[in-house]
Amino acid sequence: MKVTVAQLKRGERGIIKEFSADHVPLKLLEMGCLPGNEVELVQTAPFKDPMYLNINGSHLAIRKETALQIEIELIK
Amino acid sequence: MTGKQINVALIGNPNTGKTSVFNQLTGLNQKVGNYPGITVEKKEGLCKLPRGLKAHIIDLPGTYSLNASSLDENVVIELLLNKNDKDYPDVAVVVSDVENLKRNLLLFTQIKDLGIPTILVINMADRMERKGISLDIDILEERLKTKIALVSARKRTGIDKLKELIINHRNISTEPCVNASVIDPDYFGNLRKAFPKQSIYKLWLVITQDVNFGNINRNEIDKTHSFNTKSTSELKRLQQKETIHRYQFINGVLKEALRIDTNAAKDLRSRLDRVLTHKIWGYAIFFAILLLIFQAIYDWSSYPMDLIDSTFASLSELTKANLPEGVFTNLIAEGIIPGLGGIVIFIPQIAFLFLFISILEETGYMSRVVFLMDRIMRRFGLSGKSVVPLVSGTACAIPAVMATRNIENWKERLITILVVPFTTCSARLPVYLIIIALVIPDETFLGFNLQGLMLMFLYLLGFGIAILSAWILNGILKIKNKSYFVIEMPNYKLPLLKNIGINVVEKTKSFVFGAGKIILAISIILWVLASYGPGDDFNNAEEIIRENYTEQSISTEELEQEIASYKLKHSYIGIMGRGIEPVVAPLGYDWKIGIAIISSFAAREVFVGTLATIYSVGSDEEETIKNRMAAETNPVLGGPLFTLASGVSLLLFYAFAMQCMSTLAIVQKETNSWKWPILQLVIMSVFAYVVALIAFQFLK
Ligand SMILES: Nc1nc2c(ncn2[C@@H]2O[C@H](COP(=O)(O)OP(=O)(O)OP(=O)(O)O)[C@@H](O)[C@H]2O)c(=O)[nH]1
Ligand SMILES: [Mg+2]
Repeated sequence: MKVTVAQLKRGERGIIKEFSADHVPLKLLEMGCLPGNEVELVQTAPFKDPMYLNINGSHLAIRKETALQIEIELIK
Repeated sequence: MTGKQINVALIGNPNTGKTSVFNQLTGLNQKVGNYPGITVEKKEGLCKLPRGLKAHIIDLPGTYSLNASSLDENVVIELLLNKNDKDYPDVAVVVSDVENLKRNLLLFTQIKDLGIPTILVINMADRMERKGISLDIDILEERLKTKIALVSARKRTGIDKLKELIINHRNISTEPCVNASVIDPDYFGNLRKAFPKQSIYKLWLVITQDVNFGNINRNEIDKTHSFNTKSTSELKRLQQKETIHRYQFINGVLKEALRIDTNAAKDLRSRLDRVLTHKIWGYAIFFAILLLIFQAIYDWSSYPMDLIDSTFASLSELTKANLPEGVFTNLIAEGIIPGLGGIVIFIPQIAFLFLFISILEETGYMSRVVFLMDRIMRRFGLSGKSVVPLVSGTACAIPAVMATRNIENWKERLITILVVPFTTCSARLPVYLIIIALVIPDETFLGFNLQGLMLMFLYLLGFGIAILSAWILNGILKIKNKSYFVIEMPNYKLPLLKNIGINVVEKTKSFVFGAGKIILAISIILWVLASYGPGDDFNNAEEIIRENYTEQSISTEELEQEIASYKLKHSYIGIMGRGIEPVVAPLGYDWKIGIAIISSFAAREVFVGTLATIYSVGSDEEETIKNRMAAETNPVLGGPLFTLASGVSLLLFYAFAMQCMSTLAIVQKETNSWKWPILQLVIMSVFAYVVALIAFQFLK
């Protein structure tokens, strides 16, 4: 099954997989959301939207619809 | 030595301290805040360098890269792509934050590709120890082919080094440190062949700009359009490749030059965020903070205000007593002093408001509010980022409209611009306060001051109507948009007292002087119109009144009052006022309020000044504005003019009416069309009239 950032629980981490440029805005990449980087869910607002992430030391918040586009591999 | 000034552009990611460095270099006091997107337009200043040299410094909005996706970022790209711009930099200073060096260097490598001499400032050096960061500057300088200044804009260290580097900017290599063309050698090779004279990276930027943002000023490189052999999604993929390629290079460099000792790092962020962004506590705290702000504005500032009020009243008296009697003295004592007093009195409250807003911004809390509110705001067609304009709109709508520039999505941005004028700006505050003081009893209810609660209600009403109209607009406006949302969550910082102090003083000053100028002009005009009149009724007022009262016995004092009010009624302003009375009477106002409303179409705060001027013409006693207003009677219904009904009606009118020329002008500028400001003006004014009408008829 496809695991995305949107499935992370608070405190969980994952490694970002390759993704397609058509769905993930370039701005996110520029802010450090790159394939191979580690992502941790710091906090979520109600209904898990938006999500507050720590991607390799970059702290940013994105909406769930964007989080659903970023595939990850969970770190146990 | 006099020569050409060196043009220096400060460029960097949002919130890295560009404006702080700018202020250090120029000695100016531009606004600084711990929120990405404080600076949204180009700001300029002069910096004196050693050896008699001068530099022209340009502060720019923050940008994550040269691929703009919002209006504030576009400002930077337009400057860098246009060699003919008078501000085109001789040297670019990229300001980076030592805690986010990796991300900051992405932009650095892009700027470097443009062939401009580029200096790297690594700012916030004072935080390195706390975070356990150590750097090898020599390796960085060598690998990045640049010169580096390690700076702390807060502690004022490294600024001299930076100045030295600026002077010697000719020695800095203009060679790129990353070769972007490896991402598609064929394509870039062809590009080079087609335009041998142009910088290849600039061409690439021009070609790809449309993909993300559009409408870039392309001037001489326009021909590239014909070269556009790739589809949008191919270009996007290439941009993605470029970004990854740049990051690979940066990672390599930082592996050698940057060490972070995680044991030494103390993290306040996660502990604070656990509470401040919590699903329940987060909202509770936000609400509590708002409540505290209103309580402060209402309670704490009442002491200095009373003092100011009585000072101005006695100042008027003093002028009258000491200057020779005559027209000029009257103008000063009855026109100018009360008019100015009407505005000076609100300095304490406005200062408090600005104080709280700057504290929220400087600590980094504002981004948390954006995070908490995004989902709720989205329901209404707004973005979490709309919260900042809406909150800063409580100070003034003009900076608030400009603060929408960092909203990526045009529809969300437009709606925010359109509804921001509903929030209670500081110009409404004087009107609210004086009317609340007149019609709402000064009693406590459940421990809260009733007048304070009413004020809070008006603020909430402003927000409520803003949100409601956003929701309606969201349904009506048909604008296609690709929506996404990213916001950086900055570290919490202890607010710097100096920054906050400067913010408060500058904002208050500009409020007082901005409003002061208009009020001065309007109160002079009003005074002239109220002191002169056409025809016999005005000139022979004294005889007419004396004749009327020959039968009755009446004290001289009362007689004089009667004469004065008869005169006012038949002065130019009285005639104009009574002309419009039929329009405002259904709302419960007399002609004096009508005049005040009309004169406040230039700016709302003129209302109080106008009433102060009109009421003080011809009155003798030392009186505060409030007492004069309380003594007015309603010409149609009799009884006091300011009752609960007319008071509420006025409050509502001011809450909704679009009475601010400057806001209309800025909306025109930011939306680049007259359609939106005109719609705003008409709809808001009609709505205000109707609501005020209903309120008065219902309550009277
Ligand atoms: N600790 C520390 N904080 C700093 C330093 N320089 C700036 N800051 C803080 O960093 C925050 C951002 O500063 P600004 O100067 O507004 O940053 P900017 O790059 O102009 O930001 P935008 O205009 O929003 O892009 C403020 O809270 C500053 O007080 C520094 O050297 N050390
Ligand atoms: Mg700035």
